[in-house]
Amino acid sequence: MTQSIRTIGIIGAGKLGIVVAQLAIESGYEVYISGSGDPEKIRLAVDVLSPGAKVARTDEVVHASDVVILALPLGRFRQLSAQSFAHKIVIDAMNYWWEVDGPREEIIPQEQSSSEAVQEFLSDAYVVKALSHLSYHDLHDGARPGIEAEVPRKAVAVAGDDDKAVRVACDVVERLGFAALVIGPLAQGRLLEPGYPAFGASVSLDELRHLTKQ
Amino acid sequence: MTKRTTQKEYTFGIDSFGDLAVDTHGTLMNHAEAIRQVVREAVLADTLGVDVIALGEHHRQEYAISSPEMVLASIASVTKNITLASGVTVLSSDDPVRVFQRFATLDAVSNGRAQVILGRGSFTESFPLFGYDLRDYDKLFEEKLELFSKLLTEKPINWQGELTQHLEDANVFPKTESGRLDTMIGVGGSPNSVVRAAAYNMPLMLAIIGGSAERFAPYVELYHRAAQQFGNQAQPIGMHSPGFIADTDEEAIRVAFPLFKEQMDKVGKTRGWTPMTREHFMSEVKSGSMYVGSPETIAKKIAHAMRAVGANRFDLVYGFGPVPAEYRERTIELYAKVVIPRVRELLQEAR
Repeated sequence: MTQSIRTIGIIGAGKLGIVVAQLAIESGYEVYISGSGDPEKIRLAVDVLSPGAKVARTDEVVHASDVVILALPLGRFRQLSAQSFAHKIVIDAMNYWWEVDGPREEIIPQEQSSSEAVQEFLSDAYVVKALSHLSYHDLHDGARPGIEAEVPRKAVAVAGDDDKAVRVACDVVERLGFAALVIGPLAQGRLLEPGYPAFGASVSLDELRHLTKQ
Repeated sequence: MTKRTTQKEYTFGIDSFGDLAVDTHGTLMNHAEAIRQVVREAVLADTLGVDVIALGEHHRQEYAISSPEMVLASIASVTKNITLASGVTVLSSDDPVRVFQRFATLDAVSNGRAQVILGRGSFTESFPLFGYDLRDYDKLFEEKLELFSKLLTEKPINWQGELTQHLEDANVFPKTESGRLDTMIGVGGSPNSVVRAAAYNMPLMLAIIGGSAERFAPYVELYHRAAQQFGNQAQPIGMHSPGFIADTDEEAIRVAFPLFKEQMDKVGKTRGWTPMTREHFMSEVKSGSMYVGSPETIAKKIAHAMRAVGANRFDLVYGFGPVPAEYRERTIELYAKVVIPRVRELLQEAR
């Protein structure tokens, strides 16, 4: 079924969204991307930085895509239209960032990992946490698309509750040029958040396995 | 713009965030000592012909400089040629009128050597400190930059601010002798900021503090394309990156690694980053944005990066972390005497 993933939608055209769009284009996906509001605001930046990606409104991006990647500031996910994500596979690449998002408890209930809160909000989507623990420049410099799995690649951790969605996310991660490491259900995504050893880690599969052990 | 620095084909600067240096006894300097150390280093750089010194505004324990223009004014009185820049002035949490006045004053006392680099800053301590709401992060910068660009005309202005003051036919002093305060915008890779700099027709200063410099080449293209779209002429591009220069690569790496690590980990801790490994450091040294090595290694790395990015200015962020004063001064000396001439040579050869 992973063969059927042809289009990737990216919500957020900042540093992370632009890099993910570049990688997705290079990996042969059809890519849609949105910023906040009017697509014209990001058209020039996308045309120059991620040529080939199509600019659209967020609801159009979600509608057009097989997999949606969230790359907006975490503090804004509740502004998304939850019903438009129904039955979509969603890769949550966002991180809580105190400097931008303010106190964590104001946006995420204390007992939840941030991706669980995203899943609860996008209740009819299949949310997987991935592409979140590498910095955007390590994502850019570390991607090795089209390389045989034997060659050492940087690892990207994947956490999710739905098996099929996790498989699809792993396939996307691999095709973007990384080694996917499934670390368990969405609650385990906590281990990838700021303050945990894997956050910021641009390392091999073995090392990441070690860093995500509890 | 008629400033000396923009007339030259290539410009080379040194930047400091005001990191606390370590003295000859191995003790961390206090804030006052660290500020006086920067003044001494500026004199050294001026004597050796470095084009610019840029001082960043920070409001954290490990940095001494929160008021760059105060230190720059002091430097102005003991130097002759070096351009005196901020890197950056956090405009979002400052008053644009006061920023203009302070730098116009610096421009006066330094005979036209002032340069203000406006940015949003990579830290946010200044927001609560000066009574600003972080939730207005984007809006504050956007609005204040617009007001600042009006102030740069040095004519009376009218302004109806949402988060800023209301001004009616307000005339702001002192006026500069050149008629235009030398102003750049510092960006860290946000596409929006690049487009904004082009819209205001201001030169761009790229903070490249991790990963490959090549990654920024498309941002420079974006800047040029955006300038074209706004009907503006593309302005010069600068870049700054951290570095440490010693006589040999081995010595530079041996001394710099623990110091860089200490600084990166301290900052990283507040952001939840995992501590920097030696492997990560070495990959930054080899192909990333840490300019650590012998003069020849660093000259090649800088020339390569400037060509890859399309930059005509390079600023070395020296004294990154708790670096002993003698190594800070040695870095400046080797940079000025060996690296800069060699980079100029390499850039000429490549033509």
